[in-house]
Amino acid sequence: MYAFEIERPSTIADAVNALKGEDAQALGGGQTLIPTLKQRLAMPSKLVSLSGIGEMKGVCLGDAGEVCIGGATTHATVAREAAAHYPALAALASHIGDPAVRNRGTIGGSLANNDPSACYPAAALGSGATIITNNREIAADDYFQGMFTTALEEGEVITEVRFPVPEKANYQKFVQPASRFALVGVFVAKYAGGVRVAVTGASEEGVFRWTEAEEALSGNFDGGAVDGLSVPSDGMISDLHGTPEYRAHLVKVMTKRAVAASG
Amino acid sequence: MPKDSGIGASTKRREDVRFLTGAGNYTDDINIHGQAYVHFLRADVAHATINSIDTSGAADMPGVLRIFTGADFEAVGGLPCGWQVTDKHGQPMQEPKHPVLAHGKIRHVGEPVCAVVAETYAQARDAAEEIVLDLTELPAMVDMKEAVKDGATKVHDDLTSNLCYDWGFVEENKDAVDEAIKNAAHVTTLELVNNRLVANPMEPRVAVGEYSRSDDMHTLHTTSQNPHVIRLLMGAFVLGIPEHKLRVVAPDVGGGFGTKIFHYAEEAFCTFAAKAVNRPVKWTSTRSEAFMSDAHGRDHVTKIELAMDADNNFTAIRTETYANMGAYLSTFAPSVPTWLHGTLMAGNYKTPLIYVNVKAVFTNTVPVDAYRGAGRPEATFQLERVIDKAARERGVDPIALRRQNFVTEFPYATPVAVEYDTGDYEATMAKLEEIADIGGFAARRAASEKNGKLRGLGVNCYIEACGIAPSNLVGQLGARAGLYDAATVRVNATGSISVMVGAHSHGQGHETSFPQVISEMIGIPEDQIDIVHGDTSKIPFGMGTYGSRSLAVCGSAMVRAAEKVINKAKKIAAHLLEASDADIELKNGQFTVAGTDKSVAWGDVTLAAYVPHNYPLEDIEPGLEETAFYDPANFTYPAGAYACEVEVDPDTGKVTIERFSAADDFGNIINPMIVSGQVHGGIAQGIGQALLENCSYDENGQLISASYMDYAMPRADDLPFYSVDHSCQTPCTHNPLGVKGCGEAGAIGSPPSVVNAVIDALQSGGKNVAHIDMPLTPSRVWAAMNNA
Ligand SMILES: Cc1cc2nc3c(=O)[nH]c(=O)nc-3n(C[C@H](O)[C@H](O)[C@H](O)COP(=O)(O)OP(=O)(O)OC[C@H]3O[C@@H](n4cnc5c(N)ncnc54)[C@H](O)[C@@H]3O)c2cc1C
Repeated sequence: MYAFEIERPSTIADAVNALKGEDAQALGGGQTLIPTLKQRLAMPSKLVSLSGIGEMKGVCLGDAGEVCIGGATTHATVAREAAAHYPALAALASHIGDPAVRNRGTIGGSLANNDPSACYPAAALGSGATIITNNREIAADDYFQGMFTTALEEGEVITEVRFPVPEKANYQKFVQPASRFALVGVFVAKYAGGVRVAVTGASEEGVFRWTEAEEALSGNFDGGAVDGLSVPSDGMISDLHGTPEYRAHLVKVMTKRAVAASG
Repeated sequence: MPKDSGIGASTKRREDVRFLTGAGNYTDDINIHGQAYVHFLRADVAHATINSIDTSGAADMPGVLRIFTGADFEAVGGLPCGWQVTDKHGQPMQEPKHPVLAHGKIRHVGEPVCAVVAETYAQARDAAEEIVLDLTELPAMVDMKEAVKDGATKVHDDLTSNLCYDWGFVEENKDAVDEAIKNAAHVTTLELVNNRLVANPMEPRVAVGEYSRSDDMHTLHTTSQNPHVIRLLMGAFVLGIPEHKLRVVAPDVGGGFGTKIFHYAEEAFCTFAAKAVNRPVKWTSTRSEAFMSDAHGRDHVTKIELAMDADNNFTAIRTETYANMGAYLSTFAPSVPTWLHGTLMAGNYKTPLIYVNVKAVFTNTVPVDAYRGAGRPEATFQLERVIDKAARERGVDPIALRRQNFVTEFPYATPVAVEYDTGDYEATMAKLEEIADIGGFAARRAASEKNGKLRGLGVNCYIEACGIAPSNLVGQLGARAGLYDAATVRVNATGSISVMVGAHSHGQGHETSFPQVISEMIGIPEDQIDIVHGDTSKIPFGMGTYGSRSLAVCGSAMVRAAEKVINKAKKIAAHLLEASDADIELKNGQFTVAGTDKSVAWGDVTLAAYVPHNYPLEDIEPGLEETAFYDPANFTYPAGAYACEVEVDPDTGKVTIERFSAADDFGNIINPMIVSGQVHGGIAQGIGQALLENCSYDENGQLISASYMDYAMPRADDLPFYSVDHSCQTPCTHNPLGVKGCGEAGAIGSPPSVVNAVIDALQSGGKNVAHIDMPLTPSRVWAAMNNA
């Protein structure tokens, strides 16, 4: 690590102010950022910890029945407190990392980081969630812009994420054996207006919607509906843990399993 | 009735109390007043010429005490290799220089190039970033077969090629083996890779060097399995420090698995630098450094042929193996693919003719050396895989084929130069069939199939050579050290005992099991006995712990020393009881005159030895302390049979281990619980190799599995509950305890049964897959299924 200053504001306004300093960076749970600093791959002059901001923490229901999660809410809290309202989302949170990671890592940090193998991006995109920041609301469809890239601007803080609650949903995560992030993860959600299918772990472009499957499943919400579809392997990630062909194959398998398991 | 103390009791491990309550004393817990810290600037390219190193900017950074480069080590030796292999033409292997810090050239990613010693670790690291290396990159040799081609870029310019040696064993048998294979009724051929592994002990390596000007004494605190070996190698070959001026201490060590046997550059550096800067110098490896500087394991590419007659009797085996040495020869590297591998190629079978060829190759990768099992897992894997393939090709039951070819008479001299003293392979196989419930497999397979899963059963046998080793034999084979061990039994005045041993415990539980033996011999409680290990200033010259040798070799030395103590104590007792020595019996801590009720307690005799008021001073010296050195007459040969049952998800290729059973013959057993624990851990690592672990380089010599994000270690939920049994016991015939060694068996015996089971599962699903290289990741299994 290089030396840095740290601030721990207690309001969003103070945090946003503190982030205006040159090379200042937000610190969520630190589960991605701290290892990056330890490897000396980043050199912020100041970290602004979001963990002391009460208004950014917790799970509640919005006016339209949507599940609203503060940007600094840990995965463990989501697993616990969203379970009654949005079981598929809570289940996803409960399978991120290990207990230490879940008790530190936050939804805002995960979405800001937009790791191509992370789980939350699939839930946000698959649910058509709204990402609320200190100065605007961003639809999930506009938010994810490729691996590790988002619509966030410098110093912008995710203060809340709002998930409309579907009739049925499920997340299937096929783990990469070493990191246990998603080798391929598929989030399927059935809304009155149609089905959304979001895929993480697979594409070099990061999380994406499998629109052919969405159409097929909107007509017939049954795993068999995607049997005839094929996922092209072009643009799929190739690494030690899987070829593009394997990942493309898993997208379909996990989609079918998610449909079958969605309650 | 299970015993509650002494030999055969499952005494709980006393050392666990301190390990589990945070009271252990590991090398990183050692902080010496005034200590400075070293950060190594490590190579980030695999192969390059070093044109120049500019340390001027770094030298002025805050806190910097001194910056070292390869040039600072020109006057001292390089890291020595402890074993010289002779090739098939009778020539010695090619042995490159192994500098402490890279000199002239960089040969693998992670090689230490410069060392910055500073007041704090962060300052050392900051300064290292200011060092400017002027390098000319060279093509990286990663693939062994490419590296031995004519004209390949040489890893070491002063060697004739990248071939370390071309070894034939037994060379005189080669023609007969070729002939037998030509004339065989059936030959099964298998080409396979034994995947490169990183040992990953929980505790990374640490070294703290110290120098005392008052008595010219050097001390190295280090994470080692064998402090005396380090003292000898580093003192005599690297730094030129005589033994009496060098102390090596290996306190609590958090796992070794072989990778902490070897003498490493960082140890020599900290010892050297402590004198040069006149400050204690400490290095603690990060996990990232461990991946690219701890010696790796395995990494063989093999072709094996098994010849059989028309009745499926094995008639000959021929193998050709490329063994990766990495960029330099680590301490025992040359012995692993030769004497620890070729000699085991007979396995449990009476194949009359065997020829093993091994080509050891230098590449631009981290040095490869012994890792739990060392050579024996590689031998077992290829043999037990080719037998399974042969059974399938011949349409016979794989267990029956093994049984038919078992060695049944002992002693048995193999065609690969070793003699098995005892064993009963039929007994362990029968035990395995029972504990694995092989009869119930068909029903379990049917149940799995109902759930859309493919189920497979894989079985294998193994034999290993432990208790390394008879010194005169290993000397002939090229070892540059003896491999005896030593123990001193020091009885204190009031009867408690300290046993100073050459073996080193880094997870094996010696502090518990060794006292069980002494307690049994003397009849005093185990808690009256302590083991002292890990400090060359306290223990006799023993060779440390590896190759499942501690109890078989060092334990034997301890028994011999204890026998000497008991003999002397009997003389003292005879004097006190006014009887003849020959009539004295020792039982339950009491010396009795045979056939009488006259007795004297252990504690009274030991007190007499140290307060010799009424004592036969004219005949015997006061005191009660004896040392024994023990050099084994032969290796020991643990053996067994393992079974694995897997489910394969045909949609994803994911393998789940449903059952795992191990029937081992370890000879006599001192502590059954500790033995089970050793087998459990070994199986976890074997399953890790079979399904998960894969140390992988890209074509530029970059390590792509350099963290736990990409290197998959086995976790509890990857493993089933094991069923392990060690009730089949054919005691070793040549050591006093009749013990064979159990530390490596699990890692040696488990990978083939896992792979055999997966192949069996795929075949049951109509997939014509003959082999998949480890690790059998979901992606590889799926690809194999879909190409079949
Ligand atoms: C061992 C391990 C296993 C893991 N397994 C998984 C897994 O299975 N699935 C998975 O999805 N993830 C996994 N993770 C990642 C984990 O979920 C992290 O918590 C997450 O990626 C980052 O969240 P954080 O709160 O820790 O953010 P930090 O590490 O603190 O920050 C990450 C980035 O986000 C920025 N940031 C943080 N909070 C905000 C905010 N509110 N607004 C704007 N920017 C912000 C930071 O500046 C930084 O750039 C794992 C991590 C570890 C260490």
